[in-house]
Amino acid sequence: MSTLATSTALRQPRKRSRVLGWAFLAYLLLSLAVGFTTLGALLVDVLQRGLPFLDRILIFEVPSVDPNIAGARPAILGTIYLMGIVFALSVPLGVGTALYLEEYANRDRWYNRLLEVNIQNLAAVPSIIYGILGLAFIVRGPIGLGFVLLSGGLILTLLVLPVVIIAAREAIRAVPSSIREGGLALGATQWQVIWRSVLPAALPGMATGTILALSRAIGETAPLLLIGGLTYVAFNPTLLGPFTALPIQIYNWTAQPQEQFRLLAAGAIILLLALLLTMNALAIWLRNRYQKRW
Amino acid sequence: MSDMESSVAEKMPTVSVGETVARRDASGDRPRQTVFDVRDLTVRYGGNPALAGVSLEIHENAVTAFIGPSGCGKSTFIRCFNRMNDLIPSATVEGEVLYRGEDLYGKDVDPVNVRQLIGMVFQKPNPFPKSIYDNVAFGPRVLGWKQELDERVEQSLRQAALWDEVKDRLRDSALSLSGGQQQRLCIARALAVEPEVILMDEPASALDPISTTRIEDLMHELKRDYTIVIVTHNMQQAARVADMTAFFSVDVSSGGRTGILVEYDETQKIFTKPSDQRTEDYVTGRFG
Repeated sequence: MSTLATSTALRQPRKRSRVLGWAFLAYLLLSLAVGFTTLGALLVDVLQRGLPFLDRILIFEVPSVDPNIAGARPAILGTIYLMGIVFALSVPLGVGTALYLEEYANRDRWYNRLLEVNIQNLAAVPSIIYGILGLAFIVRGPIGLGFVLLSGGLILTLLVLPVVIIAAREAIRAVPSSIREGGLALGATQWQVIWRSVLPAALPGMATGTILALSRAIGETAPLLLIGGLTYVAFNPTLLGPFTALPIQIYNWTAQPQEQFRLLAAGAIILLLALLLTMNALAIWLRNRYQKRW
Repeated sequence: MSDMESSVAEKMPTVSVGETVARRDASGDRPRQTVFDVRDLTVRYGGNPALAGVSLEIHENAVTAFIGPSGCGKSTFIRCFNRMNDLIPSATVEGEVLYRGEDLYGKDVDPVNVRQLIGMVFQKPNPFPKSIYDNVAFGPRVLGWKQELDERVEQSLRQAALWDEVKDRLRDSALSLSGGQQQRLCIARALAVEPEVILMDEPASALDPISTTRIEDLMHELKRDYTIVIVTHNMQQAARVADMTAFFSVDVSSGGRTGILVEYDETQKIFTKPSDQRTEDYVTGRFG
């Protein structure tokens, strides 16, 4: 090929595809911008209004009709207790279910497949439905715990359980089958292989998934409202007593006519955001720290 | 199905087992014991058999190699010896695998105990994501052998010709070792539970030539104390390491792909004077 032809081949303009390329990139940037500016504007707004109110009073005082002395201590404690209950219940139940489905269940059996499909569907059920379920079965009905903190914890557990199960299954599935075979070939029982090889290897993934599921639960308002997450609690919550949680407290304050309560709500939002970000950061740290390379 | 079995039987005149049992090994001091006696073994995954009508005997302190083209069922076959096929829910095994006279698939036989006595090394090195020490100690620990664990780990690593390379970094991750070292670690791990037989499913196919040589040397060493069964698709490897060689092939007459045993004899004979035309075609490189 002559030099001239080569030179042309190297420089031939392909305008159409180049323009399309730019247009596509512009569209991507626009999508990004919409999301980011909205979120950014919200954040800036909340920070501007709320930061001055994010003080000792907000954190350590109980709610009051006087916005100057009103705090969110019962709501903060309520949220922490709720998360504790959800964590303590959803991890053993979720990991157990995931282990059964991944390690023991025979997928050729129709009931195991039904179980899998149902769990996936449950993860997408709106939270208000869980609230109604909880109202009928946990607050009243057969369990009849009443409008108490434990009821709220149980309902949030049900809510995040499918997500925990799915995350735990992913983590278990990421453990290569050669690890299981290696253990079994040494004369280990299935239980020993799971306990000594599979679980330790899957633990970081499970922890990450669980924390992300918890951070979904922490912002839930609807099911708690339905089962009487009381909006005015002027004392520290107990397991079997009335309770409130941060999102409900925020919801309540924003509904007040006085402007000052709305600023207090902004302060509480910052608190909730900080909790959420801390949890997500922990999840990311765990994932990176213990990530296994096979 | 029964047609094929009989046709297989006709074509296997060389598998005259009684003769090989009586023969004495190279040193001539004792007759070779039969470790495995496989009788008319058929394995199915669902409907079609993956392997049909296999009968052969495997002898103590020898290296027995299974060779054959891809899909001939040789890996399926070796996994019958330690009941690894049990892990596949759809797999069914018909026929008998006698281990020193006991049917491994008998009613009261626990596959967990089978796998301790009959160890296995896999195609791809599969060390646990733990330290080198913990890898070797895994087996003894699950069996509850807590005494003299250090000595056991050292001895196993020595037997696998890995001790000198790792003795100063036993606490390092096993994943930091090279592929060949990882495979020898897997062999050491298998030896630590005191098996009588070691099954190796293409143990060197993922390794470089130098690592392969070391694994083969190791097999020569280990057969003094253990019975070794190896699957390989590398014919030179079978010729180098095996005392006995079984050639498997694929039968497509039943509609599916079914593995069959074509010929089983001394390695020397398989590679120089095979009785079956198909064996000759394979070992001379005309197919497969």
